[in-house]
Amino acid sequence: MRSNKVKPGQTRPEPARGSRAAVSPGQVVSYLVLIIWALTTIYPFIWVTLNSFKPKGQIVSSSFSLPIGASFTLDNYKVAFQRVDVGLAYRNSLVISGSVTVLVVILAGLAAYGLVRYVFPGRQWLRNLVVAAMMFPVFATIIPVFGMESAWGITNTDSMLLTWLSIILPQVAGNLSFAIIVLMGYIRSLPVDLEEAAFLEGYGAIRIFFKIILPLARPSFATVAIFVFLWSYNDLFTQMFFLRYKETFTITRLLNEISSQAGTNYGLMAAAVVMAVIPVLIVYVILQKNIIKGLTAGALKG
Amino acid sequence: MPQNQTPAGRPDRPALRRARRPARRYSAQAAVYKNRRPLWLFLLPAFTFMGIYLFYPFFRNIVDSFQVIEGLGMPAKGLNDPWYLNYSKMLTDPVMRTAVLNTLLLMLCTLVFQVGMALLLALLVDRAGRGAGFFRTVYFFPIVISATALGLLFNLIFLYDGGMLNQLLQQLNWTSKNIDWKGEKFWFSTMTLPVMWQYVGYYFVIILTGLNNIPAELYEAAAIDGAGPWQLVRYIKWPLLHNTLCTCLTLAITGALKVFDLPWTMMPNGMPLDKSWLTGTYMYKQTMLAKDVDYAGAIGVFIVLLGVLLSQLSQRIFRERDE
Repeated sequence: MRSNKVKPGQTRPEPARGSRAAVSPGQVVSYLVLIIWALTTIYPFIWVTLNSFKPKGQIVSSSFSLPIGASFTLDNYKVAFQRVDVGLAYRNSLVISGSVTVLVVILAGLAAYGLVRYVFPGRQWLRNLVVAAMMFPVFATIIPVFGMESAWGITNTDSMLLTWLSIILPQVAGNLSFAIIVLMGYIRSLPVDLEEAAFLEGYGAIRIFFKIILPLARPSFATVAIFVFLWSYNDLFTQMFFLRYKETFTITRLLNEISSQAGTNYGLMAAAVVMAVIPVLIVYVILQKNIIKGLTAGALKG
Repeated sequence: MPQNQTPAGRPDRPALRRARRPARRYSAQAAVYKNRRPLWLFLLPAFTFMGIYLFYPFFRNIVDSFQVIEGLGMPAKGLNDPWYLNYSKMLTDPVMRTAVLNTLLLMLCTLVFQVGMALLLALLVDRAGRGAGFFRTVYFFPIVISATALGLLFNLIFLYDGGMLNQLLQQLNWTSKNIDWKGEKFWFSTMTLPVMWQYVGYYFVIILTGLNNIPAELYEAAAIDGAGPWQLVRYIKWPLLHNTLCTCLTLAITGALKVFDLPWTMMPNGMPLDKSWLTGTYMYKQTMLAKDVDYAGAIGVFIVLLGVLLSQLSQRIFRERDE
């Protein structure tokens, strides 16, 4: 996809470009622009965090002041946990996105392995099918999917388990093709020698997958897992279809509810934003290399 | 994608298939994979899933868009009269026209401002040399945050009475009255700015990767020829980024068609006055609020067609070069 002049592993030495002064005016301007954009990215999050600790009135009157002394309050968070039950939403999000992630990783791993290592008629056709599946927008499949699940009786039920199932299944399908493509790229780069050696030891293909491929390809499995989890956690559209009752709401679905129901309770809104962002922020700080790689992998693989 | 494979479909020899010894090897295919029986186990689960949840519904949706469906989750009740009813309706539906125009406009804005901004930032980081890791981390952060949370955050920022922006403008004495950011005058920028802002970091990382892949010799050669920073951009970076920018183009087109969460949180129901619909949000409205399910299905088909058409068109125009 990219220019084929690329030589992997080659890094560019710091070239003597432009002036040799320690800091040229051009560089000052560059950094200025870069820092200003960085501020536009960071500041809104700081602003909303500070305001989530203020009483509602102050958010709309002095939103730039610090929440110190009399203007510091934890009420917004109390409301969030008691009246809206954010804790339950965290649990729902964790169960749903966790299951989606596990299922996608296992199914996609198996399929990618099969598509890379085996030679069989119709292989290229199946690979093209996977690429094509990535192009299907959810808008074009959601209505029949909902109809199908209604016929099976797993939508609009009181059962928590069935509701979970009804959202997990379409989300798994929506992520499979991306995951297969990324994993195929990685498994293909693994040397086949180890698998042959294992075969001589009497291993079958299934055991090879679990004992050799899975451990070796762990970094790319991690990348895929993070991507899928975040996508599922953030995906409002599918959740709007399948999560109808308050007890089943995930964080994202709950946020949407708050934005349409909370009216003028801006403190609650600020607190809700912070609570949705915090878990992702923590994961991001720890795993940002994997995350950036995962989210851009689909694009660069073409 | 490189493909190190023997030609697909080569007939397998039964004798080899059962061979339990290190048989003669055919290029990349190891002996262990001669036995294709476990293959079913590897492929069947994922492809069954995709068949049931992607391919079948996709075609079902096309068929259903010609039929009468009275409610979400209900079976179709025969053909529409005339069968292309939903599509002719789409042509005359003024709100649909608004939605398509807005989506195209959003696409154009993402291309110009989002990819443009990302390109500028990537070139600056590349030139500045240091801090690339830091800026990458910071710029990418909004992408991992749920667009719903960002929508709520921007609702607080663009609030009419005491929002962050109105407070700021008043403290700076630029205006004494509150500005209605979601009103008739500013709704488009209020809706699109957050969408664009969120994804600048995405294109930034892609373009930066493209820049890092430019071989060092080119810079050395240019330095010997005495090229300045602008000439480097004009004659080396810009042409060699061509394919990367083509990728960004396709991503921006398909991305704009998928936008839903942010506009829906910030401007629910096409506010103000049915002006802010996008194809995605309008499809949702027809399904959930207007309950015109088969029409919504037709809109879904239309979104796919638009995406395929535009990305093919853009690839024709800015074809990737294999230099």
